[in-house]
Amino acid sequence: MTEPRPRVGVLVFPGSNDDHDAAWALTALGADPQLVWHAETELLRVEAVVLPGGFSYGDYLRAGAIARFAPAMDAVAEFAREGGPVLGICNGFQILCEAGLLPGILRPNASLSFVCRDVPLVVERDDTLFTARCQRGQELVIPVKHGDGCYQAPAELPAEQVVLRYASGENPNGSEGDIAAVINADGNVLGLMPHPEHAVDTLLGSGDGALILASLVDAARERSYVRA
Amino acid sequence: MRATVLVRPKGGILDPQGEAVERSLRQLGFPVGDARIGRVIDLEVDAATAEDAHAQVEKMCERLLANPLIESYEIEVGDEGGPA
Repeated sequence: MTEPRPRVGVLVFPGSNDDHDAAWALTALGADPQLVWHAETELLRVEAVVLPGGFSYGDYLRAGAIARFAPAMDAVAEFAREGGPVLGICNGFQILCEAGLLPGILRPNASLSFVCRDVPLVVERDDTLFTARCQRGQELVIPVKHGDGCYQAPAELPAEQVVLRYASGENPNGSEGDIAAVINADGNVLGLMPHPEHAVDTLLGSGDGALILASLVDAARERSYVRA
Repeated sequence: MRATVLVRPKGGILDPQGEAVERSLRQLGFPVGDARIGRVIDLEVDAATAEDAHAQVEKMCERLLANPLIESYEIEVGDEGGPA
């Protein structure tokens, strides 16, 4: 019997540009992605949500600052409050920070240069919904492509909320503590600057991003079983 | 009522734009230090009094115009000032 394909919502903002890449990757990894336009007020029967990369609203004011007020973000906040898994990639990470669903904020890269390259990462936690297929200490190679990826943590950020770090000497953006991915205290909302959806097929380079997205698909499938 | 919001990076927050501009100014021979770059937002606010306008703009700053983690802001209200 084939495993059921859990429905995963992929938000689409004006200026999102990795929405279809995320949907393609989720399909390849066994999910049934549903594109959700930012003006929608409901997420219809999804088991997980992905906020994709891009430049929503042109990154005006601060990256993610305007997208957070989209009607669909109220539904995402409600979904997260109920424990639903939410993954923010790049601009999605920036939006989750501005929305207060994740601590901290992403600032312009310390170099002031846009960075676009494969980056080695170290897995700090393998006990999250998003990294269950990884192993602590494992090195993943996943590309970054961003201008505003310098993570500024709040003073009181607990170390256990850091899920991925850039490998030593490989920090592409000046991020505090080499932080590449942060999870909320409840463990169901994760943001990361690298793009796992661009690393799911070894034909195109690394396949390590599949470990992150497949972990999310596993979590979504579990929720669909609970619901059924 | 005209209102102007000055948003600044808080002290201690890395400001790579400010650093780049400071380096350029030094190269031009200006002996400057600690350059910081913020932003100015001019607004027309529908308010009867300056106090009301100030209170409205304060709410705008808290919700959207500034991120309290990294930015501080100042509000100026008055019929004078702002772009002509």
